[in-house]
Amino acid sequence: MSIPFTPDMWISLALLTMLVALVIGVMQARSLLNAILLMSAYSLVAALWLLTMDAPDVAFTEAVVGAGVSTVVMLGAILLARKRDETRDWKRAIAPGVIVLIAGAALIYVMMGLPGLGDPTSPANAYLGRLYMKHTPEDIGVANVVTAVLASYRGFDTLGETAVIFSAGIAVALMLGFGERALADLPHVARAQAQEDAAEGDHHVVLRVGVKLLIPMITLYAFYVQFHGDLGPGGGFQAGVILGVAAILHALVFGLAETMAALPTKLVRGCAALGVLVYAGVGIVCVVNGGAFLDYDHLFPVALDTALKQGAHSHLGQHVGILLVEAGVMLTVAATMLALLYAFAGRAPDLAPGAKGEGP
Amino acid sequence: MADALVWIGSALTLLGALVTMIGAVGVLRFPDFYTRIHAAGVTDTLGATLVLLGLACLSDSWQTALKLGIVWLFVMIASPTATHALANAAHASGLKPELGPAKDEAAQ
Repeated sequence: MSIPFTPDMWISLALLTMLVALVIGVMQARSLLNAILLMSAYSLVAALWLLTMDAPDVAFTEAVVGAGVSTVVMLGAILLARKRDETRDWKRAIAPGVIVLIAGAALIYVMMGLPGLGDPTSPANAYLGRLYMKHTPEDIGVANVVTAVLASYRGFDTLGETAVIFSAGIAVALMLGFGERALADLPHVARAQAQEDAAEGDHHVVLRVGVKLLIPMITLYAFYVQFHGDLGPGGGFQAGVILGVAAILHALVFGLAETMAALPTKLVRGCAALGVLVYAGVGIVCVVNGGAFLDYDHLFPVALDTALKQGAHSHLGQHVGILLVEAGVMLTVAATMLALLYAFAGRAPDLAPGAKGEGP
Repeated sequence: MADALVWIGSALTLLGALVTMIGAVGVLRFPDFYTRIHAAGVTDTLGATLVLLGLACLSDSWQTALKLGIVWLFVMIASPTATHALANAAHASGLKPELGPAKDEAAQ
């Protein structure tokens, strides 16, 4: 079998080679900081590769979550950990190495059974995928089929995903708190900061001005991604992460205390829960109005629906339903990202020399 | 007209790629931290400008060109700020720039 080498294939090959090199780099790195930055680069290259595979929605998510926000959260987390990995004796790596080799060989063996890229007869493309492509314009009426599948056809799955993100945030908060310790230390930290500024001169003026220009742009972009989800790549998950990034950037430059004053813990906690509530509430409303759970065609009562509808195929319920559900997803994702930052970065004062309270 | 735009766009994009590559070589070859971020920062802004300008010439609608313009604005704020933050952090933590005549590592 001869493989035709198209330009696309060369790009794919180059990106995949970079991915392998980055993975080796991550494994070789003994400094956790280096490992985190290499992982971020890995996510960025993976996003590029997904883009060449014509999967912009997935690439978008990989870029904002993998390269963006998880890098920042990991950087917050290594404040609480040792900065360097232990160097281990190679003899202790034999047993795990054998297991990894066997598992990897099994994965490669299974991979041979996968259908080829873009194979029209593969199960994913043949039945359900084609059905979605065919029926989305008449059923849902949105341009982006990915959004139609995510928010409407498989809305129940997405509700589960939103609940998973919410419970992950809650779990981290249960272990590490919502950053109350940072708030308790506020007067102390503020005084120390003021002394430092007075002694050193203001070093961060460029940073503060630059970030002040960037935060509105990032927030605006988040809403663009949110409302553009019907038409192009984007939607609640990506928009939520971008909105979270705007707040995290604020915390990185102006200090956690300032961000917690602007966006209090109570608000963040409330928004995380409210998002899931909005999502599930839309489903309940559909049930009350005589449809199935999350069946947006029954979002409005029949009388109102007939009064508002200009034609039989206006898909008003679907549009409003998807909009509300995506808004719920965005609220939960943004609030959870912020809660994670508060949880990790809020523990940092514990580590300061001379800080009271139990160390980790 | 459209043909000329394609040529100009391609040339600008390639030139941007070349500038970015020169920057990468600079990051690897320059002697100390400050000169390295100089290479990275200066070529990043110039390279991004050239590539985005080239892509705007190649784009098929003015909406795409406008979006590329916004991306350029973002890069023009974010990249110098990031470079400044790096240099500032290095200076604040006491890293001194390497001064004096250049030492040729290969000659030693």
